[in-house]
Amino acid sequence: MHVLQLVINGIMAGTILAVPAIGLTAIFAVLRFTNFALASHATIGAFAGYVANVHFGLPILPAVFAAFLIAGMVGVASDELVLKPFRAAGFITTAIGSIALTIALENIVRFGFGNELRGYDLPITRDWRFNGIRIGPQQVQNLAIAVAVMAALFAFLAFTRTGKAMRAVADNPMLAAIKGINADAIGRVVSFVGMGLAGLGGMLIGLDTTIDPLTGFRAMLSIFAAAVVGGLGSIPGAVIGALVVGIGEELSTLVLSHDYRSAVGFLAIVFVLTLRPRGILGQRAY
Amino acid sequence: MEHYLIAMAITAGLYALMALGTNIIWGMAGMVNLGVVGFVGVGAYVSALLTLKLGWPIAAGMAAGALAAASVGILVGLITVNLRGDYLAIVTLGFAESVRIVTSNEIWLANGTDGLSGIPGPWRADLGPHNFNLFYLGIVVAVVAVAFFVAERLCYSPFGRVLRAIRDDEQVASVAGKYVLAFKLKAFAIGTGALGLAGALYAHFTSYIAPDVFVPLLTLYIKLSLLAGGLGNNRGALLGAVAVVFFLESTRFIVPLIPWLTHVQGAALREILISVTLLIILRYHTKGLIPERLSHPALPAEPSPAHAIPSRTGAMT
Repeated sequence: MHVLQLVINGIMAGTILAVPAIGLTAIFAVLRFTNFALASHATIGAFAGYVANVHFGLPILPAVFAAFLIAGMVGVASDELVLKPFRAAGFITTAIGSIALTIALENIVRFGFGNELRGYDLPITRDWRFNGIRIGPQQVQNLAIAVAVMAALFAFLAFTRTGKAMRAVADNPMLAAIKGINADAIGRVVSFVGMGLAGLGGMLIGLDTTIDPLTGFRAMLSIFAAAVVGGLGSIPGAVIGALVVGIGEELSTLVLSHDYRSAVGFLAIVFVLTLRPRGILGQRAY
Repeated sequence: MEHYLIAMAITAGLYALMALGTNIIWGMAGMVNLGVVGFVGVGAYVSALLTLKLGWPIAAGMAAGALAAASVGILVGLITVNLRGDYLAIVTLGFAESVRIVTSNEIWLANGTDGLSGIPGPWRADLGPHNFNLFYLGIVVAVVAVAFFVAERLCYSPFGRVLRAIRDDEQVASVAGKYVLAFKLKAFAIGTGALGLAGALYAHFTSYIAPDVFVPLLTLYIKLSLLAGGLGNNRGALLGAVAVVFFLESTRFIVPLIPWLTHVQGAALREILISVTLLIILRYHTKGLIPERLSHPALPAEPSPAHAIPSRTGAMT
């Protein structure tokens, strides 16, 4: 296939991938743990958007908002009830606890919706063609949503009091506490925003294809790869990492079978951890 | 029924072997392996392929499977050994997923998602199905007994004491002159080797393996075995594995009794039960059925107050 086409596909996929990767890396930066429950929250977001879109007949934009909201609320609840006590017990307990949580939540979705593939209710459109390059209007819309969400997030972090407090806690928790920032409240905000972004990302991934309870788990390797390549804990890094992984996965189809795309994420993780563990923009990795 | 019970006993034995291996990695050395199932898969596929395609003897295939899993374990460990523990969690999880992708897609080698069938079992044809299962149960019990003995020796050896020192405080162990990196890698290799052996034993018992067999849920079963039995001690690993297989099988009988559930809902409910049980045990950090004993049985149990000052670190040679 045309290399340019692959690069364009990769940019589209990478931009969408950046949304959940930012969620993961933001939670890592503030709460200092890798939240493997991200996978099920992406699935929950995808299904929340599905219910809003198909059962309530809402257009895509409000449905995407519903995905963000529901996944964010589940994220805050699951962090308060389940994950927070684990964090005090160390990273192994947290890692195993968040994996168990992701399997529990994924199966709650499966219990309600079953295993069959579901598609969103989308208008059928014809792809645009420019000199043999094909672009789908839906892809462009997804790209626009992802870019708008990221712009809003950067504005939130740069200009609002809460956003600045979040960066302060991420940068130096002790100093932030001395300045009177309530780390617990910031933790809840970051759980809401981070898992909300995971849910929104899950829906954007689903808009391209179909969704089922494994949607989040299948995307997890690429999301983790994006965050690790960019540097865990760095939000601009997650965006760059997601573009690298997205384009890399598409270009890999030149030499590898299409099914190996998600293994590319694993190779990217191994490659980066061997050569530059802190990733492109990360602080440190030990 | 008897047939079923023997098969369950073999499953419990295999879980016990995996739990013993994972206990060395997690319970003793304090590392996290979220890709248990990946190493089990490597052992199973290597042994199955060597015996099926190259006609190796079964015992040699199993040894090669264990060795392959241990070698991959060293590679995976090497990538992250100097980094925060989270990275090992990410890499092991990604590794398990990659094993599934490779075995699903390499049709020329692993027959893709259809899986490999006709994997030879020792004297399967001569013994007949019933006697074969009994005989295989004997093999599994023997292997678990040897693994238990080795793990016990390891636990109370200087090597095991250094591992626990690393788990409790890496810096102290390193200040005491221990080369932490090498100890961690060795522990990871021994543990993943046991996982590979369990995979190979599984393949030659069922004679059929496919990528679907090695699902992430198995990783949770093994973690649950260790937590239920008591993390950090080998008897706990054995007991926990038996308890988990009993629990899993009882949910298999109880869930279908709820009439309005569909098949998929029943399966989902079982997985919810299992993961929530794990979360509860993890949350209320119980010590498990058999708590870890902290001192060597040969050491005086409690130093008298007058001699309390020289701490137990003196034993960590």
